[in-house]
Amino acid sequence: MALLLKDGQPTEDSWVNLDDTVETIPEGSVIVSLDRWRRDRAALVARGGRLGVRLGSHHRTGEIAADLDQFALVALEFPKFRDGRAFSTARELRERHSYTGEIRAIGHLLPDQYQFLLRTGFSTVAVPDDANLASWQHALTEIDIAYQADVTEGTPLSLLRRKIELAANVG
Amino acid sequence: MTDPSSTAVPPAPALAAGIYHYDETDRRFLAERVEQFSRQVARRLAGELTEDEFKPIRLMNGLYLQLHAYMLRVAIPYGVLSSNQLRGLAAIGRRYDRGYGHFTTRQNLQFNWIKLVDMPQILADLAAVDMHGIQTSGNCIRNVTTDQFVGAAADEVVDPRVYAEILRQWSTLHPEFSFLPRKFKIAIIGGEHDRAAIAIHDIGIRAKRGLDGAVGFEIFVGGGLGRSPFLGRRLADWVAESDLLAYLEAILRVYNQYGRRDNIYKARIKILVHEIGIDRLREQVVAEFERIRGPKYRLDPAIVDAIHKHFAQPPFAELPADSVVLEQAKSANPAFARWTRSNLTPHQRPGYAAVTVSLKPTGGIPGDATSDQMDAVAALADRYSFGEIRVSHEQNLVLAHVRQDDLPALWQDLGRHGLETANAGLVGDIIACPGLDYCALANARSIPLAQEISRRFADLDLQHRIGELKIKMSGCINACGHHHVGHIGILGVDKHGVETYQITIGGNATEAATLGQVVGPAVGAERVPGVVESLIALYLERRTEGERFIDTVARIGVAPFKEKVYGATA
Repeated sequence: MALLLKDGQPTEDSWVNLDDTVETIPEGSVIVSLDRWRRDRAALVARGGRLGVRLGSHHRTGEIAADLDQFALVALEFPKFRDGRAFSTARELRERHSYTGEIRAIGHLLPDQYQFLLRTGFSTVAVPDDANLASWQHALTEIDIAYQADVTEGTPLSLLRRKIELAANVG
Repeated sequence: MTDPSSTAVPPAPALAAGIYHYDETDRRFLAERVEQFSRQVARRLAGELTEDEFKPIRLMNGLYLQLHAYMLRVAIPYGVLSSNQLRGLAAIGRRYDRGYGHFTTRQNLQFNWIKLVDMPQILADLAAVDMHGIQTSGNCIRNVTTDQFVGAAADEVVDPRVYAEILRQWSTLHPEFSFLPRKFKIAIIGGEHDRAAIAIHDIGIRAKRGLDGAVGFEIFVGGGLGRSPFLGRRLADWVAESDLLAYLEAILRVYNQYGRRDNIYKARIKILVHEIGIDRLREQVVAEFERIRGPKYRLDPAIVDAIHKHFAQPPFAELPADSVVLEQAKSANPAFARWTRSNLTPHQRPGYAAVTVSLKPTGGIPGDATSDQMDAVAALADRYSFGEIRVSHEQNLVLAHVRQDDLPALWQDLGRHGLETANAGLVGDIIACPGLDYCALANARSIPLAQEISRRFADLDLQHRIGELKIKMSGCINACGHHHVGHIGILGVDKHGVETYQITIGGNATEAATLGQVVGPAVGAERVPGVVESLIALYLERRTEGERFIDTVARIGVAPFKEKVYGATA
């Protein structure tokens, strides 16, 4: 598993993505499922290491909203690349809940979705070891125009430019 | 009279009014997108993308794999084209297809015989005239559609092109809504009369004006046909102009999160509306809307103004309301007079008319136009209608701004290209999907049946006597031919390997939207034209003064029609 940052560069993954079947919670930074968080909350808070939570695509942000300050990371799963629910989930975490921690995309994803991920608030993408990193990196360069508002900037580029044109015409 | 294609063209197409002109940013975006798709094809060929992964990518660029070949669906945003663009489409049809194209119920154009190897060059040729196939398929927000008479119709209150263009830009590669549960169709109109069938769209929008003249929107949601037909329900009576995008974002976000993904047939927003109810959906949408409403999503009036400039009125002449030339030609030529009765729509400006160019000649394939016909219409648009053309969801073309004085000459010119059929809105003006002749989803053929029905009613005087009658035909339950809302609807089904047809009557796609009712058991293809004749015969027997076919159905009910059709065998 390679972990890509916003700039397409692979980075060291300091997190352990913990399966529910693993009983003992290791030291350090761990990502647990929402079920595990609900079940072992007290123990997880008490252990002190950095904590992340993993949501399936059917989970809504409301289910963790009250606990967000506990999590340094929220991992959102794409069971298949066509299931686009997590794009909305990430965006809600950023815009509605003002979440500033890491949002990580995990599961089945295509390079062609990389820009969409970044534009809806994801910070990192976990891609399979056999992924062609060149394709992921290239995906960031392919489309550099956004027609609509997203989490990364206040005003869409093209519409902003028209406004500038308009101002210039008036002036 | 001179051949229109050889005449000097008065307005340069780049200056044609009423068309959104791409700017540097739009062109750069399109070039990037073409390049991106070429790389995606290369990755597919290299095995980096599986067919399952590649399929949504090619669909989002308009490329389908059909029964016999690839089909490319070209987006015609809200059905408006410049003459230059139409010439570009004609050239592609000639070079890469078999010399024609097919205009669809979504105001788009399909080429049915495309080779994958030609795709990069076709996309480049399209980009050269500011066109593409983006979001004409796939589980994303599709090409936004509207009234074919925008900017021309006498009954228009707000010009919906402005907002259709804003929605086109907003929905283009939307980062959050490109992997929805299912496809998502938006239609917008700007007056009381609905010529864009907004009731059968995922979102239907009616732009209107408040007492102070401010623009706002009435929003309908959850319309759609297919195997579970629903008419849209009113979600909001008034959404202010500045809130339009925020409100739509809210609807799409609720749908993206709560729309079903377990069953492709239950994934459209109409099923969500049906399952949770319009009131609960409204609660969720309004809650989301109130949360996101703010500067980021606000539609700035300055932007609306900037887009509005693209749709400035063409340089109309000051003309008297009545044209002596037109009246004289009508008196002199009954065939011309007949055409003016069916194929003209009143215009906002005195002395002008909007003209429907029928793509439904007797025995023809509904919506098909040859490349030569496209070139001819482009030339006629340059000469008579400020260089712009519209495509209607009823699969015809429209020249929206023709001087009434020019109508006799235009009609003559159309006649030279087989485009003068006087049947807009009449029984020969049949909507039909491509059906089993092309489509991988179809259960039955629709084209040959449409051709046969139109031959039965080849007598245009008979069509005019019958009056308004909209036959809509689909070759399968997906209902691309809108059969549920046809005055007479015909649905092809596969019954134990035999193509049979279920017939409905009383459907209506306008502001009085209604789903048709089944007349009786499905019949074989050979019986369908006879059934249509029987239905119409009964209508002619029973109609009262001024009653259209659907009015008679509404008044006397389905039973007499059923008896007429099935009486002998029942």
